[in-house]
Amino acid sequence: MTGGRIRAKIRQSNLYTFACLQTHAAETEELDQFPGPGYSRIIYCNEPHRHAKKPLKYRSNYISTTKYNVATFLPKALFEQFRRVANFYFLLTAVLSLTDVAPFSAVSMISPLAFVVGLSMAKEALEDWRRFIQDMKVNLGKVSVHKGNGVFAPKPWMKLQVGDVVKVEKDQFFPADLLLLSSSYDDGICYVETMNLDGETNLKVKRALEATLPFDDDGSFKDFTGKIRCEDPNPSLYTFVGNFEYDRQVYPLDPNQILLRDSKLRNTGYVYGVVIFTGHDSKVMQNATESPSKRSRIEKQMDKIIYILFSLLVLISVISSIGFAVKTDTQMPDWWYLQPFVDAKLYDPDRPALSGLFHLVTALILYGYLIPISLYVSIEVVKVLQAMFINHDIHMYDEETGTPAQARTSNLNEELGQVDTILSDKTGTLTCNQMNFLKCSVSGTAYGRRSSEVELAAAEQIAIDFKGPDSDLTFRSGAGVSEIEMETVVSREEGKDHQKPTIKGFSFEDMRLMNGNWLKEPDPHFILLFFRILAICHTAIPEVNETGGFTYEAESPDEGAFLVAAREFGFEFCRRTQSSIFVRERYPSYEVPVEREYKILNLLDFTSKRKRMSVIVRDEDGMIFLFCKGADSIIFERLAKNGRMFEEATTKHLNDYGEAGLRTLALSYRKLEEAEYTAWNNEFHKAKISIGGDREATLERLSDMMERDLVLVGATAVEDKLQKGVPQCIDKLAQAGLKIWVLTGDKMETAINIGFACSLLRQGMKQICITANTDMLDQDSRQAVKENILMQITNASQMVKLEKDPRAAFALIIDGKTLTYALENDMKHQFLNLAVDCASVICCRVSPKQKALVTRLVKEGTGKTTLAIGDGANDVGMIQEADIGVGISGVEGMQAVMASDFSIAQFQFLERLLVVHGHWCYKRIAQMICYFFYKNIAFGLTLFYFEAFTGFSGQSVYNDWYMLLFNVLLTSLPVISLGVFEQDVSSEICLQFPALYQQGPKNLFFNWYKIFGWMGNGLYSSLIIFFLNLVIFFDQAFRSGGQTADMSAVGTIMFTCIIWAVNCQIALTMSHFTWIQHLFVWGSIATWYLFLLLYGMMSPVYSGNAFQLLIEALAPSPSYWCATLLVTIACNLPYLAHISFQRWLHPMDHHVIQEIKYYKKDVEDRVMWTRERSKARQETQIGFTARVDAKIRQLRGRLTKKHSPVDAGPQVVN
Amino acid sequence: MFTQQELPACKPILTPPWVITAFVSVGIIFIPIGLASLFASEHVVEIIDRYDKDCVPSNYTNNALAYIQSTQTNKTCTRHLIIPERMKSPIYVYYQLENFYQNHRRYIKNRNDYQLRSRAYEFDVDDCDPEAKTERGPIVPCGLIAWSLFNDTYRFSLQNEVIQVSKQDIVWKSDQNHKFGSNVYPKNFQSSGLIGGARLNQSIPLSKQVDLIVWMRTAALPTFRKLYGKIEVELEANQNLTVLIQNNYNTYSFAGKKKLVLSTTSWIGGKNDFLGIAYLAVGGLCLFVAISFVLLYLLKPRPLEDPSYLSWNINPAGLSN
Repeated sequence: MTGGRIRAKIRQSNLYTFACLQTHAAETEELDQFPGPGYSRIIYCNEPHRHAKKPLKYRSNYISTTKYNVATFLPKALFEQFRRVANFYFLLTAVLSLTDVAPFSAVSMISPLAFVVGLSMAKEALEDWRRFIQDMKVNLGKVSVHKGNGVFAPKPWMKLQVGDVVKVEKDQFFPADLLLLSSSYDDGICYVETMNLDGETNLKVKRALEATLPFDDDGSFKDFTGKIRCEDPNPSLYTFVGNFEYDRQVYPLDPNQILLRDSKLRNTGYVYGVVIFTGHDSKVMQNATESPSKRSRIEKQMDKIIYILFSLLVLISVISSIGFAVKTDTQMPDWWYLQPFVDAKLYDPDRPALSGLFHLVTALILYGYLIPISLYVSIEVVKVLQAMFINHDIHMYDEETGTPAQARTSNLNEELGQVDTILSDKTGTLTCNQMNFLKCSVSGTAYGRRSSEVELAAAEQIAIDFKGPDSDLTFRSGAGVSEIEMETVVSREEGKDHQKPTIKGFSFEDMRLMNGNWLKEPDPHFILLFFRILAICHTAIPEVNETGGFTYEAESPDEGAFLVAAREFGFEFCRRTQSSIFVRERYPSYEVPVEREYKILNLLDFTSKRKRMSVIVRDEDGMIFLFCKGADSIIFERLAKNGRMFEEATTKHLNDYGEAGLRTLALSYRKLEEAEYTAWNNEFHKAKISIGGDREATLERLSDMMERDLVLVGATAVEDKLQKGVPQCIDKLAQAGLKIWVLTGDKMETAINIGFACSLLRQGMKQICITANTDMLDQDSRQAVKENILMQITNASQMVKLEKDPRAAFALIIDGKTLTYALENDMKHQFLNLAVDCASVICCRVSPKQKALVTRLVKEGTGKTTLAIGDGANDVGMIQEADIGVGISGVEGMQAVMASDFSIAQFQFLERLLVVHGHWCYKRIAQMICYFFYKNIAFGLTLFYFEAFTGFSGQSVYNDWYMLLFNVLLTSLPVISLGVFEQDVSSEICLQFPALYQQGPKNLFFNWYKIFGWMGNGLYSSLIIFFLNLVIFFDQAFRSGGQTADMSAVGTIMFTCIIWAVNCQIALTMSHFTWIQHLFVWGSIATWYLFLLLYGMMSPVYSGNAFQLLIEALAPSPSYWCATLLVTIACNLPYLAHISFQRWLHPMDHHVIQEIKYYKKDVEDRVMWTRERSKARQETQIGFTARVDAKIRQLRGRLTKKHSPVDAGPQVVN
Repeated sequence: MFTQQELPACKPILTPPWVITAFVSVGIIFIPIGLASLFASEHVVEIIDRYDKDCVPSNYTNNALAYIQSTQTNKTCTRHLIIPERMKSPIYVYYQLENFYQNHRRYIKNRNDYQLRSRAYEFDVDDCDPEAKTERGPIVPCGLIAWSLFNDTYRFSLQNEVIQVSKQDIVWKSDQNHKFGSNVYPKNFQSSGLIGGARLNQSIPLSKQVDLIVWMRTAALPTFRKLYGKIEVELEANQNLTVLIQNNYNTYSFAGKKKLVLSTTSWIGGKNDFLGIAYLAVGGLCLFVAISFVLLYLLKPRPLEDPSYLSWNINPAGLSN
C-alpha cells in the first residue's frame, strides 16, 4: 500500500500551516452555539448488537428513494392519478354510468378509464422500479466491517449498523457517517473529498482523536469498546456535537472527526471509523430534498385549455338541460307515445326542474367527449417513446464511458425545446477538472507552440467563414480578409497535426525546452530556476505507480500539472520528507539524473486572500532561496527593482494566455542571506507558537515581509481542460439564442479564465465586476455593504443603458458573498435586470444554495424556461430548482444525475439534446395537443347538435362502441405517430440552423392563436359533419330498396365522416411520413371499416341496429360513399387553403428550409446554403463565433482607418 | 434507423403546383359528381300529401284530439293525388311523421331485442316498462316502440281500379332474417290498459310483421319517413290517384304532421337535390380557391426556395433582441 509507506516518513500535517488552523477556529466558534435539535443519540462502538432493539435501534443503512413500495403503490398511485382534474371527472362519470342517469353503458365508460389509468400507473411503476434498482446498487456496495476478534470482512452497505467499526480504503466512499478513529497516517489525519456534498474539489483534512490513534490495524479492534453521545440526526453538514467516552475518559467531538457519507477518502491508505448515522439519518440523506415534480410549460397551458373545455362542457350541458326541462315541461305531456305519466323516473313532466337537474348530470357525461380522456395517456405514451429516442440517440452516446443520454423523467421533453437560459456548473461540467501545462514564458521568451482549444475553435470558425464561397468573403469582412487569414492560418495549421497528449496534464510542445535543449537558450540560468520553482514550490506528495514513475497527489490540479511539467523538463520531484524535497535533475551532460535535496525551511501557504504561496529552501550548496508563485498582479507589485527586466514581455504573454483562456501564474524567486533569514525565521517561529488574537495577523505580516524584492522568472499558462466540444457547443447554443450563465464554486480568477476559455468572455467585452469589499464586511454594517452593492448595480445598469454601440457586450461577474446581498428581496430585481442585459453572467464562489436561489430568481424573475446543468451534489439544488435539470453522468458521484430530469455524459451533448430533441419534442407535443383538442371538439359537438333534435333527451346518435373506440383505437395511433415521429426538418438541419430553435422559446406552435385556430377548426368540422349529413340523410331514401336511413345508419355515416375527416386532417398536419405514419393514419380508417364489418357480423343481440349495417345497407349505397367524400373534403378544405396561403405569404423558417431541401437547392447552390447556415444564428455576444466577429470588426476597423476613412466597406450584417 | 429516427420518409410539402393541382382536381371530380347526382335527383318524381289536417271532419276541426281518440268516429278519408310526371315502377309509398321523437332516449331504449328474436326470451322484458307485461304475462313485442306502432293505412285506386301495395322487401333483410324471430308471435299486445298504435295479428310471427319491423328501426330525427309499401305499376302523368286513408294514428296531441309520400328512386336514393348542390358548391369553391392561388402566385411571386424569406434575412438585426 503506497499510503502506508508515506505514512512512515512524513507527518504531512506539518506542511499545512495556518490554512487548517483557520478552519478550526471558525468551526469551533460555531460549536459553542450548540445547534441541532436533540442530543440523545447513544452509540456503543464496536457493539452493534446492542443496537438491535429499542430504544437504541436506529434506522438501518438501507436507503430508498422510491416513491412507492409494494403496499402503498396502489392507493398512492391511484390517488396521484385522480388528482388530475380530468381523470377525476372521468372517474365520476364512470361511477355515474352505473346509474340510469348515464347516457352510455357502464362498460363504455369504465373500460377506457381503466385503460388510461392503468397505463399511467404502469409507467409510474416502471419509473419507480428503476429508482429501486439504482438504490439497490448503492445499498449492495461492499465495505469491510469488523466481525469480531479483529477480523474484518466485506458486508453490503445496507447491512451496516450503528456502532459497526468499518475500514474504508483509499478512493472509496464512506458508507455512512463515521467517527474517524485512525488512519494510515500516524497522526490520524485523512484527506476527504467532499465534492458530492458541496462541490468543492479541494481536499479537506479530518483528524482523529489522540485517544483512538492506537487502533490502527485490524487486530486492535478485538476488544475495543467506547460510547458516543451525540446530536440527533440533522441536515447540517458543517456541525457536529457529541462526545466520546473511552477508557473512563470523555473526549469532545467536533466535525473534524466526522466522515460524512458520500464523501470520499483521498490520499490516505485507509481509515477506521465507527458508524454514527446510518441510511436516512446520515447528514447527506437528511439534506436530500424530495425531488419536486416538474411540469412543462405546455402541460400547464394545456390545463388552461382543459378548463376552457370544461367551461364549454358545462355551458352546453346547462343549455341542453334547460332545453330538456322546457321540453319536458311544455311538450312532453303531449307525447303520448312516451307514456310520460307512467313510471317516468328521469323524464317526469310534473317535475321538470328535477328532471332538468338529472339531465345536467347526463349531459355532463354525454358531452364528456369534449375532454379527451386519452389525451394524458397518449401524451404519456408519446413522451415515453420520445424519451426512448433520446436514450438511444447514438450521437449522445459517450463511447469512452459507455453511457448513453438518459431521459430520467419523460414529462419534460417538450420543455427542452423552450429553454431560454442555461445555468451551468463549471467543474466537471464545462471543464474536466484536469489541468494541462500548455505554455510558459521564461525570461521574457514565450514557449509552447500548441494552441489552446479556444484558439483552435476560433481558428476553425474563421476558416469556415473565409474558406467559404467568394461572395461570403466580401460579404463578411471586405478587405480585411488576407490579414485575418494570415493571423489564423498559423494556428490552424498547427492544429492539424494536433495529437492527443500522451502525458496527462502535459500538453506542452516546444523543442527549445525539451530534452535539455534549454541549455542552448539565451538565459539558461532563469530557465533552470523556472524548472526548480515548478518542482519545489508546492505541497504535493509523490506516489510511485505501477510503471515505476511518479504520480502526484496535489491539493489542486494546477500543482499536479506543474509537477508533471517539471518532470518532463527533467526535474522530477521524487520524494518528500518532513523537512526536505528531493528532486531528480537530469542534464544532458550527465548519464544518470542527480538527486538533489532541498531543505524546506518554511512554507507560506496559499490562501485566496494572499493569492500566492512561497517556500523557503536551502539547496545543497547551502544557499537559501525563496520561491514564490502567485497571481501576476500580486507578484508584479512585489518585484524588486532589478527583478523587473522581463516584466513587460511577460505581461504581454500573460495577456495572450488570458485571452486564450489559460490559467496563468507568475513565478519568481528571491535569494536570501543567511543572517537575514535567521532573523526573520526567529520572529516567524515566535509568532507561530504564540497564542493570541493577533497571531494570524502577525504571521500574515511576517510572510508579507519576506515575500518582497522578488525577481520575476516567468509565467506559466495552464489549460483548465475543457470537456470535449464545449466551446463549439456553447457557440451553437448561443447562436440558438440561449443565454448561458456560469455558476461556480471556484475562485473569481478561475471562473473568468473559464469564461474566456468557453468564449463567454472575450477581449473587448466590458466586464462588470460586482464585489462586496471584503474589508468593509467586517467593519461596516450590513446596510452600508448593501448600499454599496446596490450602487454598483445601479451604476452598471446605467452604463449598460447608456451604451450607444449596439455591438458592445457586457459581462457580469459577481461573487458569492455579494450575491448573498444581491439575492435579497429588495435588491434581486435590480440585479436580475442588470444580469439580463449582460451577454454573459458568471457567478463565482457560490454555494449550492445560492445556485438554487439564482436559478429560482431567473426562473421566476424572467418567467422564461431555465435549464440547469451540473455534475456534482452541489448542483442538486440548482438542478431541482430549474425547469429542467440536466446531470452529467459518467463521472463519479450520482447525486446530480439522480436529481436530474435528463442526464448526458458530456456537456457537448446538450446541443443535440436541446436543438434537435428539444425542437422536435416541442413541436410534436404542441401539434399533438392542438390536434387532440381539434378532434375531440369536432366529435363532441356533433353529440350536442344532435341533442337539439332529440328534445335534449340525452340520446347519442352513435353506438356506444363507436364512441368508446373513437379515442382509444380509431384516432389515437395517428396522433401518437405524430407525437413520436414528426420531424419538420431533419436533425442535421436543426444543428445547421440553430436559429430554428427559437421557434420553441417564442412558443410559435402553442400560442393562443394556434390553439383557438385549431378549436375553430374543430367547431367548423363538427358543423360540416353534422349538418351536411343531416340534410343529405334527412328523410329521403338512401338505399335503392327505398328504405330511409334510421338512426344507426345516420350515426354510422356521420361517424365514418368523422373518422375520415380527422385522419385526413392529421395527414395534412404531418410533414414527415414514414411507413409507420402511413400505416397508422390509413390503418385507422381501415380499422374503422374492419370494425364495422366485424361488429355487424356479431349476433344482433350485441350489435343491435348495427347488425350487418355495412355490408347490407351502407356499402351498396352510393350516397353513403358520396357523403363521405363530400364531408371529408369539405372539412379539410379550409385548413388546406389556410396553410397554403400562410406558407406562401408568411413562410416560416422551417418552411423555406423544407423547400430548399425539397428542390435539392442545397446541393445545387452550395454558396447559398453555406451562407444561410452561417447566418442562421441569433444575435449573440458570446461563443467563439461572436468572438471571431468581434475580431474581424476590430481588424476591419483598423483597415478602414488605414485605407480610407470615407469608404466604410460593406456592412456586416450579423 | 428506427431508434435514430432516420427511417426513410417522404416529406411532401405544399408547393404551388401541388396545391393548385389538389384544388383543381377536387373541383374536377366534384362538379361531375354533383351534376350527376343533381341529374339523378331531378329524375325522381315525388308526391307529398299532408293529410292530417284535411282528414279531420270539419265539425272536429277545433277538436281534432277528440276525433282521433274517439272509437266512434269514422276515420276513413279520401285523398286525390294528381301524378305530375310519369312515375316508373317501383313507386315507394312512405308515411312521414313530423315532430315525433322516435329518437327520444326514453323511447329508443324501450325495447328488448332478445325477446324479439327468440321465443325463449319471451319473459325478457327488461327496459320495456311501462309496456312490459300485463296480468296475463309478458307483452310480446314489449316496449313503447312497438306499442306506438303506426296504424294509418292507405289504399290506392286508379279510376276505381285498386292498385296493390306490396309489402315485399320493404324491410332490411337482416332484420327480417335475424332480428325478428320466425317463431315469436305477438302476445298480450295492445290487449289492456292504454291502447297505443296498431294491433298485430297474433297468428303471424314477428318476422313477417313488416310494418312493425320498419317501425322498429327508429329514426334519427323527429321528422322521418318510413316505407309503407311499394306500388309495382307505372303511373302516367296527370293520372288521378285516389287514396283511401284510415286516419287512426294520433299526431294531433302533439301537433305532429302526417304526410303520405309517393316517390321513385334513383341511384342516389330519393329526391335529394342537396347532395348535388353541395358537391357543386364545394367543387366550385375549390376551383375558386385554385384560381385565387394562381392569381396569388402571379401577383405575389415568391420563389419557393428563396432564402430571403428566412426570418434572419427578413429581420437581420436578429430576432431575440
